[in-house]
Amino acid sequence: MTATLRRAAPAILFVVLLLVPLVASDYQLEVLTNAWLYVVLCLGLNVVVGYAGLLDLGYAAFFAVGAYTTGILTARFGVDFWATIPAAIAVACVAGIVIGGPTLRLRSDYLAIVTLGFGEMVRIAARNLRITGGASGLVGIDRPHLFGLKIERIGQFYIIFLLLAALAWVVSARLQFSRIGRAWRYVRHDEDAAEAMGINRVAVKLAAYMIGAVFAAIAGCFYAAKMTAISPETFSFSQSVLILLGVVLGGMGKIPGVALGALVLAIFPEVFRDIGSMRMLVFAIVLLLMMLFRPHGLWPERRH
Amino acid sequence: MSALLEVHGLSLRFGGLLVLQQLDFSVQAGTIASLIGPNGAGKTSVFNCLTGFYRPSGGRITLDGRDLRGLRPHRITRAGLARTFQNLRLFREMSVIENVMAGRHCRSRAGVLAAIARTPAQRREERAVVAAAHRWLDFVGLRGHAERSAGNLSYGDQRRVEWARALATDPRLLLLDEPAAGLNHDERAALVALIRRVRDELGITVLLIEHDMGLVMQVSEAITVLDYGRKIAEGDAAAVQSDPAVIEAYLGRDEDDAR
Repeated sequence: MTATLRRAAPAILFVVLLLVPLVASDYQLEVLTNAWLYVVLCLGLNVVVGYAGLLDLGYAAFFAVGAYTTGILTARFGVDFWATIPAAIAVACVAGIVIGGPTLRLRSDYLAIVTLGFGEMVRIAARNLRITGGASGLVGIDRPHLFGLKIERIGQFYIIFLLLAALAWVVSARLQFSRIGRAWRYVRHDEDAAEAMGINRVAVKLAAYMIGAVFAAIAGCFYAAKMTAISPETFSFSQSVLILLGVVLGGMGKIPGVALGALVLAIFPEVFRDIGSMRMLVFAIVLLLMMLFRPHGLWPERRH
Repeated sequence: MSALLEVHGLSLRFGGLLVLQQLDFSVQAGTIASLIGPNGAGKTSVFNCLTGFYRPSGGRITLDGRDLRGLRPHRITRAGLARTFQNLRLFREMSVIENVMAGRHCRSRAGVLAAIARTPAQRREERAVVAAAHRWLDFVGLRGHAERSAGNLSYGDQRRVEWARALATDPRLLLLDEPAAGLNHDERAALVALIRRVRDELGITVLLIEHDMGLVMQVSEAITVLDYGRKIAEGDAAAVQSDPAVIEAYLGRDEDDAR
């Protein structure tokens, strides 16, 4: 009974969440849509940080890559939204190989520094290039059409981002319990022993890094379509830190935990909006308490 | 008889220190061979060169005629050379079965897209990996321990997990780095039996480094003796034990210990 219930629980939850637009206000839907976006971003970074154990401090760069690819292609070249997704994936993969290829050969600490630099490079490039609209950003990004229907209402975006989050969840789970998912754990625990077992440490890490990049790029495409305007400051270092925070908050490597962390991240500031600028202080205190009393994250550890 | 492993002129230098000097030795296919020598003679360095963890400064290493020089460790494992570590290097927080499944990584191929799509081929392969890992656990006598956390096993059982993990890579040559270290009397007897079964039942050639001279003399058919990074003697147990150079360098110096 409990086992069946546990298996059915995600599906039931998903159906309930699908029905939320029928009862929620536009404001509530806006907050929740943003929460689903963070679920996708945090689950993507979780592949890099939680599964493969690589510290990525510039993850927002890949989010920017996706958003700007869609933004530029639709606003400047009139390309259809859906056609920009494969383009964004391709650009993210190339960027992932360029940054990860040389760096992942080194010990993991270097990656943190290089990704930090990459994150800032992308933001500064977006600020200064004409094609990205400079500091004021890019406007006039096209809304997507689906089966002849223009997607523009928040309720529609809510559904789309919920589907994306569900997809990210399923893909994460399948990766975690697969040959590549195990390889990440072996490499994370002991690189030398993993290599002695015939695991190509560099290739395995690069795969994690690129999968993370693709998650963020796809999130970026839909983000651009929803906002219709994007600016470089959305993709700052603090954005990367925020996403990382969601991963650590929920519990690295644990999908429900990371999703929960992302939800807390997106919803907490809204719930405490009344206390104004004090809310960030309260948020910080909550995080400090978390690290003291639940260092492995909100989600409970599984015991052997 | 043909040599499975051939080492010619192997040299290893750390800065000004010559760890291995012009070392030549070979391991015949289907034998149980040993590499012995006093502490610091360079035995583990030889293993690290063979498995690609150290880059030798000179020399040639071939496995069944294939040059292993310059290959990264995972390629060498794929080529059929597996090792265990002197200090256990298990994935301690993972389950026993997952540890052994690590060995199957290089003999399976499902990639990222297959995992995301859960293709029938990927699922079939996963089942085969699990089944193979269980077979290796049975082989080393750990049936029923599959789901336990590897770090919670007794020391002797952790050693068995390491053997199972190394055997799961389908090696042609198995390198055991001090397999008897830390084992009690019964576990040591089981180790002797296991080494013989690996060779007799599986046809895998074994090369071991060991300080336990009794065990070395008991199981090995060919022994290479190192001292200060040089080969000082080779032959079967009787020949090595009566070799004056060996007695002087090794057995003569701490005979009580060696018995």
